[in-house]
Amino acid sequence: MQMISKKLPLKKVLFSYKKVRRETTFKNTLVVSAVLMLLLTIGVFFTLVVYSIPSFKALGFHFFWGKTWDPVNNVYGALPFLIGTLLTSFLALIISIPFSYAIAIYLGEYNTKGWLSGALKNIVELVAAVPSVIYGFWALVVLVPVVRNFESKVGIAPYGVGIFSASLVLAVMIIPYAASLGRELIRMVPSDLKEGAYSLGATRYEVLKHVVLPYTKSGLFAGLLLSLGRALGETMAVTMVIGNTTSLPDSIFAPGNTMASVIANEFTEADRSLYLSALIELGLVLFTVTLVINIIGKMIIKKFSNQ
Amino acid sequence: MYRPILTIKKVLNLSFYLFIILLAACNGNDNTTPGKTGSASSGNDNSLLGAGSTFVYPLFSKQFAEYNKATGVRVNYQSIGSGGGILQLLNKTVDFGDSDAPLNEEQTQNFGVPVLHIPMCSGAVVMSYNLPGLQDTVKLSPEVIANIFLGNIKKWNDPQIVALNGGVSLPNTPIVVAHRSDGSGTTNIFTTYLSKVNSSWEKKPGKGSSINWPVGLGGKGNEGVAGLIKQTPGAIGYIELAYAMQNKMSFAKVQNKSGNFITPSVASTSAAGNVDLPADSKVSLTNTDAVDGYPISGFTWAIIYKEQAYDNRSKGKAENILKLLWWNIHEGQKYCEDLHYAPLSPAAIKVAEAILNSATYNNIPLLQNPA
Repeated sequence: MQMISKKLPLKKVLFSYKKVRRETTFKNTLVVSAVLMLLLTIGVFFTLVVYSIPSFKALGFHFFWGKTWDPVNNVYGALPFLIGTLLTSFLALIISIPFSYAIAIYLGEYNTKGWLSGALKNIVELVAAVPSVIYGFWALVVLVPVVRNFESKVGIAPYGVGIFSASLVLAVMIIPYAASLGRELIRMVPSDLKEGAYSLGATRYEVLKHVVLPYTKSGLFAGLLLSLGRALGETMAVTMVIGNTTSLPDSIFAPGNTMASVIANEFTEADRSLYLSALIELGLVLFTVTLVINIIGKMIIKKFSNQ
Repeated sequence: MYRPILTIKKVLNLSFYLFIILLAACNGNDNTTPGKTGSASSGNDNSLLGAGSTFVYPLFSKQFAEYNKATGVRVNYQSIGSGGGILQLLNKTVDFGDSDAPLNEEQTQNFGVPVLHIPMCSGAVVMSYNLPGLQDTVKLSPEVIANIFLGNIKKWNDPQIVALNGGVSLPNTPIVVAHRSDGSGTTNIFTTYLSKVNSSWEKKPGKGSSINWPVGLGGKGNEGVAGLIKQTPGAIGYIELAYAMQNKMSFAKVQNKSGNFITPSVASTSAAGNVDLPADSKVSLTNTDAVDGYPISGFTWAIIYKEQAYDNRSKGKAENILKLLWWNIHEGQKYCEDLHYAPLSPAAIKVAEAILNSATYNNIPLLQNPA
């Protein structure tokens, strides 16, 4: 106590208007930044709604289940792209889960220290930082020929590009999100719990299965959600390898298209107002799909954590 | 315990003050910039702004760099796509637009006032293919191209293709069609051509800068289509002549209206434009009447308002625009060939001169050049 009073002069501890003002200003700055973010999101949503009104008026609900996207005749149906987006994203998620969880468990539980762990951790983070156009390029040059070879051996039309190729490259791109978050969470599991289990004679695998994973499951799920969000909105890499056809895909090897990729492809040259509006409505659908999936995910996380 | 707390507080305080200083600095900037930009947009006649077609961008950047050296006038051209360029001109944020297709009805209506289309150069679209081991150049007729892209011809050794290529042994490879996935002037030229030569194409899918393709894979940009063609044996697709030449891709000879099989080149594309043009130059050069013209080609047009006195523009600025475009269709044409663009034919230059001479400032013609 004596030391504190020596180091901290009395006048600094005392109540002063200057300090109070500073506190409130600081707090207000934080509030303003947070509210600004909220307004921005609502603003984006509002803009999308306003600009897609002409398209909704002209096309109605047909927009959502129409199968034809024909700008020449002003017929716009978003179903093939909606399906393309969901198919590529969930397929990519399924492919990525074993890898991202394995990396998370290995770096979080089995090999937490040392140069190998550090190098791996940095590489995983680097994978997230590589621009998507580079993945697209890599996929086009390396992945697509491999897939084409595979397709011609199995006896399907050997396009190489298509939903499967897009999902593969997406899977690589989203692994780091779930892996990094998972690793952090697994490292944060209290050692008391683990030691308790060990002292009862549990093996490492049993500790993992009965202590670590149950303790972190809602966080691990949140990591998946983060990955899925990235996959839904990814544009450049997907558009380079998905084949960009407007017809409904009939298998996962068929070429298709996603909403984000259609917008990126056609927005610059959309020369009629209904066309432009239809593309913006497509953006609105993508926004909504992402939002809905996020809300469902949050609900699942909540349910898990309450147990 | 108290030490770390103290440091955190210090850091917080410091960052807070920094934040305030930053805010103040930003405010300071905000106060000065409006004045600056204001003077730049209204006062400086020697800096011009254009936007539009990506197709013409390599040529424009060369031409504008040379023009800057010669006259000191600075031109900033943003290659955001033809549709975007037209929109920017409509919003009067640029001095000129550039489009690979003339304005459509809706766009013309949106403008409400007359706009001028000035041809800048022309470009060709070539049929590029990937048939490994084939030495000869494939010949294609309009009917065959349409049927390939409609999905009616599915193999390279289809009797219709074989009939055109006597003596060439075509493989039994399935045809993989590649097209542009992004909206593009190249697609517009190609589909306009197909609509002209094939009546069922005209009905469906029709013409436009992006259409509902009956078959095939989409690639983004020339490089995307070229990538699909290079990678897929048996592929055929359409790409810009300039891109195909620079990347040494094989492309087909195409039969023109006069029945001649024409190799696409800068010369045969220029020849396609050497026909009687309408006074407003708004014409598609596809399926040209010229005997030695390559049939799949088109102009790119600079687009300006006919009445240049709008939005408080100075007369000097309006004159500079017209001088620039005048230079583009005369001295500027010599930069076309190196970049694989087809220079305007003499007939096209005559028409372009007349169009430029019709531009006015407060209803008085701006240019006094003899047409």
